Amino acid sequence: MDRIIRVMVAKPGLDSHDRGAKVVARAYRDAGMEVVYTGLHQTPEQIAEAAVQEDVDVLAVSILSGAHAVLVPRIISRLRERGGDDILVLAGGVIPEADVPALLEAGVTRVFGPGSRLDLIVDFTRELAGSRI
Amino acid sequence: MALVEPTGAGERRSDFITVSGRPLGRCYGPVIGRDQEYVRELGDPGEYPYTRGIHPTMYRGRLWTMRQFAGFGTAEDSNARYRFLLGEGQTGLSVAFDFPTLLGYDSDHPRSEGEVGKLGVAVDTLADMEILFEGIPLDRVSTSMTINAPAAILWAMYIAVAEKQGVSRDRITGTIQNDILKEYMAQKTFVFPPRPSLRLVVDTFAFGAEEVPRWNTISISGYHIREAGATAAQELAFTLANGREYVLAGIARGLDVDEFAPRLSFFFNSHVDFLEEIAKFRAARRIWAREMRERFGATNPRSWMLRFHTQTAGCSLTAQQPENNIVRTTLQALAAVLGGTQSLHTNSMDEALALPSEDAVRLALRTQQVIALESGVANTVDPLGGSYCLETLTRQLEQEAQDYFDRVDRLGGVVPAIELGFFQREIADAAYRYQRRVEAEELAVVGVNCHAGGPPPAVNLLRVNPATEHRQVDRLQAVRRHRDDRAVERALRGVRAAARGSDNLMYPLLEAVRAYATLGEMMGVLREEFGEYREEAIF
Repeated sequence: MDRIIRVMVAKPGLDSHDRGAKVVARAYRDAGMEVVYTGLHQTPEQIAEAAVQEDVDVLAVSILSGAHAVLVPRIISRLRERGGDDILVLAGGVIPEADVPALLEAGVTRVFGPGSRLDLIVDFTRELAGSRI
Repeated sequence: MALVEPTGAGERRSDFITVSGRPLGRCYGPVIGRDQEYVRELGDPGEYPYTRGIHPTMYRGRLWTMRQFAGFGTAEDSNARYRFLLGEGQTGLSVAFDFPTLLGYDSDHPRSEGEVGKLGVAVDTLADMEILFEGIPLDRVSTSMTINAPAAILWAMYIAVAEKQGVSRDRITGTIQNDILKEYMAQKTFVFPPRPSLRLVVDTFAFGAEEVPRWNTISISGYHIREAGATAAQELAFTLANGREYVLAGIARGLDVDEFAPRLSFFFNSHVDFLEEIAKFRAARRIWAREMRERFGATNPRSWMLRFHTQTAGCSLTAQQPENNIVRTTLQALAAVLGGTQSLHTNSMDEALALPSEDAVRLALRTQQVIALESGVANTVDPLGGSYCLETLTRQLEQEAQDYFDRVDRLGGVVPAIELGFFQREIADAAYRYQRRVEAEELAVVGVNCHAGGPPPAVNLLRVNPATEHRQVDRLQAVRRHRDDRAVERALRGVRAAARGSDNLMYPLLEAVRAYATLGEMMGVLREEFGEYREEAIF
């Protein structure tokens, strides 16, 4: 039997735009995954710590504040410090196309921009996490 | 159709003639006289319950204020943008602050890293505000500031800058958003728990009534509730429920309702559904007039009149085929005008991707100017009044708002309902339903779930200068070095004492601002005294 995929949806930094994060969290839950939502205003340290503690397969980071270039790579490095290297990191929100390569370089698996379909996000996550489990 | 009045005094022109040469009357009403139902439900423009507008002449008298929300980078960057907008014919300013400012952190606070100047302008001290408004005469321009938890502090800074320009506080005009209740529901830039936050809001009401009579001390906002995913009825109901709560809080302080209610203003979203949005604006006016007169016993007609700003719906903008956003925004702006807005922000076509570029914001402003000056809709008042469809939608929205008021009252009022997560859950449910409907193609989003494809957008995006954070931190640290630290400490002690007691906080905050205390220092004292709010995350 398949193990249930565990996903954490995280809101780093001072960003307060949480509509997308909550909609995506709910779509994951409706797709049968176990979902932890961090709530707003989390530091990279808090997010990395929680992701390792919760033993999630996927960390989906939502950011619309423009601070992605600083905060997302920091989350990944904090994950590595805590032995969370195997956690897959996805990013979503308002992230200009020009900033995507640097995030992929930093270790993000995929960036979902505005208008991304929920079923696409869910299917991608399931496939990716499923191949690891 | 019978005219209310052909033309009148106090209008922009002596006559209003269509493009084909036909004169337009000020306002049109029922052919067969005004029956009781008309008087009760609609009233002529400028008459209770103001369904048709708060002024008899509306835009024939004065056009709405064209007010583009703007701010990024340092105070210098934003000052340049404000001067550009005023030069292009904008008639009021609207300041966007960055996240550290919204949450009361200085630019060199560890939590501010990466966020300084990104989504708005960074303001740490009075020195930044002085630069922000340099060369802008504050006796002639009205300014709206989107600031909530630290609203009292930014307002104090604005007053101090005006006074430095030689403009006394009784002459300045503008608005602070200062609507903390909707922060817990939707916008989420809260800092303190609801009760001390409400106390701070009422301090600004009392100070404004006493000292800054032309200032709107609050902009009770549905905009963010809608952006978070609410329906039109929820936006309407939750916003007006918050309005009722502020009135109750003012009365509980012992203020006379007619002393502060005329300075309450509102802020709504104009979303894609054209007719429903117009109905929402009209319903808002009618509900508020009745609540103020019947429930709160206000006797000054200015207390009954709901005045509002509108912004077109940011959440309706698409990153795909971004030029379509120009058309969406035009329709939404038209709905706001047909709904009788007092001021308007039109979103720029590139805002699903970044903060607006200069070219994009100019086009957004031109959209308002075309509606105002070419379309003719500003030449007669409430031209859609009496439409069977619109009046029915208006009544339905009013009833749905009333049903929500009853539910909120049963939960013990707005603050208990926030603490129970009632609004947050309602909004999250609506946001999810909306997204599911889009994906099921029950709701069309042109260029996204239908008529998609085409070449990828070639849009020149605004990039905030990466040196912003460094420059801002340098200035902040220079201010700290050059000020009189003892005066700052003394002023902060005054803030603490007022926070612990019941004296109006505006006076000691003004002292602290003038001594160049930083935003983070003042908010730090208030954080210690009031505590910080942590929400239970609901999805």
